[in-house]
Amino acid sequence: MKIVVSTTGKSSEDMLDKRFGRSEYFYIYDTETEQAVVLENEGAKAGGGAGIAAANQVIEEGVQVIITGNLGPNAFELVEKAGMKAYSCGVMPVDSAIELFQKGELSEINLPGMAHHGNH
Amino acid sequence: MELVVISGKGGTGKTTVVAALSQLAENRVKVDCDVDAPNLYLFYPGTDREQNDFFGGKTTEIKQELCIKCGKCETVCKFGAIKEGIIDSFVCEGCGACTLICPADAITLRDEKTADTFLTEIKNGIVSRATMEVGSDGSGKLVTQLRKNVKNFLKEDLISKENMLSLDKSIIIIDGSPGIGCSVIASITGSDAVLIVTEPTKSGLEDLKRVYELTEHFDTYVMVCINKYDINLDMTYEIEAYAKEKNIYLAGRIPFDKTVMEAINSLKPVTEFSESSAKRALEEMWNRIDTTLRNQN
Amino acid sequence: MKIAVLSGKGGTGKTTVSTNLALTLNIPYIDCDVEEPNGFIFLNPVLENEEEVFLQVPEIHKETCTLCGACVKACQFHALAKAGKEIVLFEKLCHDCGACKLVCEADAVTFRKRAIGKIQRGRTEKIQCERGILNIGEPMAVPIIKKLLASLPEETQFIDCPPGTSCNVVNSLRFADAAILVTEPSEFGLHDMKMAIELVKKYSIPYGVIINKDDQTENMVKKYCKESQTPLLGAVPYSREAAIIYSKGGMLCQESSYKKIFEEIAEKMKEVFRWN
Repeated sequence: MKIVVSTTGKSSEDMLDKRFGRSEYFYIYDTETEQAVVLENEGAKAGGGAGIAAANQVIEEGVQVIITGNLGPNAFELVEKAGMKAYSCGVMPVDSAIELFQKGELSEINLPGMAHHGNH
Repeated sequence: MELVVISGKGGTGKTTVVAALSQLAENRVKVDCDVDAPNLYLFYPGTDREQNDFFGGKTTEIKQELCIKCGKCETVCKFGAIKEGIIDSFVCEGCGACTLICPADAITLRDEKTADTFLTEIKNGIVSRATMEVGSDGSGKLVTQLRKNVKNFLKEDLISKENMLSLDKSIIIIDGSPGIGCSVIASITGSDAVLIVTEPTKSGLEDLKRVYELTEHFDTYVMVCINKYDINLDMTYEIEAYAKEKNIYLAGRIPFDKTVMEAINSLKPVTEFSESSAKRALEEMWNRIDTTLRNQN
Repeated sequence: MKIAVLSGKGGTGKTTVSTNLALTLNIPYIDCDVEEPNGFIFLNPVLENEEEVFLQVPEIHKETCTLCGACVKACQFHALAKAGKEIVLFEKLCHDCGACKLVCEADAVTFRKRAIGKIQRGRTEKIQCERGILNIGEPMAVPIIKKLLASLPEETQFIDCPPGTSCNVVNSLRFADAAILVTEPSEFGLHDMKMAIELVKKYSIPYGVIINKDDQTENMVKKYCKESQTPLLGAVPYSREAAIIYSKGGMLCQESSYKKIFEEIAEKMKEVFRWN
């Protein structure tokens, strides 16, 4: 299973970023191989529709679980339609966030946050 | 901890309040997210230690040597941005439809520079700010970048560990964007508290309602202050009744005071002027905000 | 002649100046500040008709769509995304550019109308008024501004523009033959006015400055106008009474002292804009 954490840096010690669409990086951890890759978030480069661009990217990466702070309604809708699960987490190092998830201590995001309906 | 000051309507005195509160809070880190009218930095002359191009949009370019003048781009453009093979970059929205239709491959889509971002070193701190290209729009992306620039600055250890610790405890005050659009959303996202500056006028109340509706969608603590409250006491009462109904914390009322204009024009926070009614009101307001926010954490 | 009323900074009195000049001169008033259209609060016209403004947004037909994802890639605004076995549209991000249809090889894209705001027309006793209103939560003001301005008759009218120098202002200015910049005598007002002048200059149209909330001294805006040879059309003095009238939604030109001031500004404006 692939888990993605929205983050401010490239290592597992960097902090989780509570923004999904505009976090700088995605830390993608594969629980089977125990390997991780770090990708630049396409959403952060987008003028508008950051959450959609970001969700599109993780869907294409074949991720099943998202750990972040909040999901906007656009990203939320996509995540739901793609059959992924998203979990809410506070600001902490990425590896701690993954650990909490694996212990089942994170709660699932069932409601979207505010839309960032910017056109620019 | 981040406190964002916003206004909904322009001209209510948001920047004046930000400058005063920053001084009272002994704020060393300032972020000017009011990118359409970036006036905060006028208060703080300093040296720019970092300047970067910011690419906030896309635009198109026609390579004239490849263009066969077929006119297809002109018909496909729904924005009327192409006339006789020339693109009006002010009107072009960067959708790329013309690049898709062009049989000669003469049109390319490229990133458009929409602003310069600056980290300006001032006495006792830094200001993160931007100047927009004329005709460009402030955007959530730009505001996010300005807030990020500050964090990068702090991370890069450019300030001592000791300062870092005190910064962690201090309250960063952000001059937010006006209106209810994309950039104000990006100013509020992830902040701990929002202070809405309004004025006792019909337009002021209308715009307060609009911007408050927006803040309701965020997990942030909302406060309101009424600037120039004594210009129309009836409207002030109406605004206070609205705040009460919505359970918005009334942080303060600031009287109309000529010293405020004097302060703006000498480019100093009003709190640096000797006793004035606005100064007293701002000091009282800061104490209330400080206590309220500290109790929350 | 279409006269655009602009201000770099918000809250300088753009609406005050344009509504009062419109009444003074008996000229139609068009409110293009569609995100905060406050002009009608002051003019209080009787509404005559209302028209919705639409955008065309795509509909992707499941039966014919091959899920190739070309439309998702073509959309620069991230209004389309592929999730599982469908293409999802985020209509608020759609700019109505038509790129998705251009790239669809399966011919699975058609369009439908989506309302984003409206245009209202009305009359006061003396003048015709129009305004655009952007629905709350809608991000795109430009289509409403275009619709409002593209169909205007040739007669003289005031266009109350959005504040700032954003693309909403650009789209209001495109249709103007002259511009008035409203500012206040403060460092902020001056700074933001200079930005607005930069924009107006690109259009090679005549322009002039009106100072609102004037302190009746030889202030920095007056100095700037003199030094840069920018025509100063007039100044509306600050008074507590004026602020109170404004706060209640009243018209300044109905007070005798202010009536004269707006008449003088109107005269000067005709001179500078060479308009008969």
